[in-house]
Amino acid sequence: MNKLKSIFTYLILSVAALVSLFPFLWMLISMTNKSVDITQGSLMPGTHLFENLRNLFENYNVGSALFNSFFIAIIATVLCLVISSLAGYGFEVYRSKGKDIVFTILLLSMMIPFAALMVPLFRLFGDISQVFPAIGVDTLYAVILPYVTTAFFVFFFRQNTKMFTKDLIEAGRIDGLSEIGIFFRIYMPSMKNTLAAAGIISFMNNWNNYLWPLVIIQSPENQTIPLLISNLGSGYTPDYGVIYTAIVIGTIPTALVFFFLQRYFVEGMTGSVKG
Amino acid sequence: MKLASNKSLIGWFFILIAVIFITLFYFYPMLQALILSFRSGMGVNLEFVGLDNYIRLFNDPVALTAIRNTFIYLIIQVPIMILLAMFFSVLLNNPNLKFKGFFRTAIFLPAVISLVAYSVIFKYLFSTDGIVNKFLLNLSVISEPIEWLMDPFWAKVLIIIAITWRWTGYNMIFYLAALQNVDKSVYEAARIDGANSFQQFFYITIPMLKPIILFTAITSTIGTLQLFDEPMNITRGGPGNETLTISQYIYNLSFEYTPDFGYAAAVSFVIVILTVIFSMIQFRLGGDRK
Repeated sequence: MNKLKSIFTYLILSVAALVSLFPFLWMLISMTNKSVDITQGSLMPGTHLFENLRNLFENYNVGSALFNSFFIAIIATVLCLVISSLAGYGFEVYRSKGKDIVFTILLLSMMIPFAALMVPLFRLFGDISQVFPAIGVDTLYAVILPYVTTAFFVFFFRQNTKMFTKDLIEAGRIDGLSEIGIFFRIYMPSMKNTLAAAGIISFMNNWNNYLWPLVIIQSPENQTIPLLISNLGSGYTPDYGVIYTAIVIGTIPTALVFFFLQRYFVEGMTGSVKG
Repeated sequence: MKLASNKSLIGWFFILIAVIFITLFYFYPMLQALILSFRSGMGVNLEFVGLDNYIRLFNDPVALTAIRNTFIYLIIQVPIMILLAMFFSVLLNNPNLKFKGFFRTAIFLPAVISLVAYSVIFKYLFSTDGIVNKFLLNLSVISEPIEWLMDPFWAKVLIIIAITWRWTGYNMIFYLAALQNVDKSVYEAARIDGANSFQQFFYITIPMLKPIILFTAITSTIGTLQLFDEPMNITRGGPGNETLTISQYIYNLSFEYTPDFGYAAAVSFVIVILTVIFSMIQFRLGGDRK
């Protein structure tokens, strides 16, 4: 009976693992094949990788899409870490009745679906364009700005600040550090794990964001990787080899982040549920 | 006392930037959306029309189709995914299991790829002459290829398969983390009392995981109500709006057809209201006997 159960367990998990991994294997194999071989369902690696890469970089602007995606994801993540941790720290360390009410109101913004925001945001950036075209419609900054702080990250930092030893703050004050000095020189260095976890989540969200860039970006040179992949995929005569190559290139950064920082990633995901 | 109130004032400066950003990019647009939803017109010329947009909504067959489709995804996909995630996490929690790390990473890996990227992959995998049909034909499960992208029924099935593939491993991680906190002696006691695996799962595991079930149910529900990337990139909402979601319809109303921002804003309040209702129901069901 026990043996049967164990065979059953391995069988189920193997099928689940195979189903989960197959699309990844498929895209890795297909990026080395010609379009014709891919349509025939070839499961053998081919010799067309460099051809696909050259085609992609020469004809489809993947270089600028990569740059744009990195620019957006890195700037948004850095700003998000600083602003959200300041707020999470402020709410927890300088706790007061007024701030608790503000915190609760901020949390309500997590319930607002993006679909309800996209039209007013688009119009807002239209207005901004009249005054500051450099951060208005069809700029990378317009993609970044709405994601610079979200209530989720403020909440996340507040939860994690609860575990920060408050005695260190007193010690800093006795040493004559200013309040902001305590934040940057004592608090930040001791929150490396939390910063890493929040940083990964923010980077991935911004790297993979699709709907908002689709709304706000118009010119091809401002395209991000998801927009490029989406455009390649909706073409009438798709070159499958090129498309799979673009998908692999677009997935490498998040996959690397995941493999190297897996521990923080899982900690960050589950840490936000606790408490 | 003076020092304390001084500290409290400094605290406001710490939270100020975040409050400004969230107000400007969440609360202000939300208010604008509400005002917009009472106005109508093409492009920039909008006039006050009262509740006309909301009345139009209930007589708009496309809007009703989008709402129906979103409900179908929600009611079928979310329970399947949550049960699968729980099931895998229980299998992986077995202390004698070998290759645990491999299985866990493999099942989680879909959560790493972007929604657009996997949507495009799925569109090709499930095309009429795609590899999934070839595989099913070879196994003689089907005698002719399934029109995954062209058939109203199978197109919905495909969207459900796709979302389940992408999010099951992600949700599983929450259950795994929670299971590690469950006291093993509870299961020991149940086994001595003669409880089989199914009874242990339904009478111990599920009640213990209730807070996490609530959390994953709410986040998945909110996610599904906002579903956009997948139908946009796999089926384009087709065939004939049969996979169209509410978010996608709002996008089309605003940016694909002649823009009618007022009506689009009214449709977006359907998602807002549904999000609030579903969250409240789930809190009621899951929150009280914690």
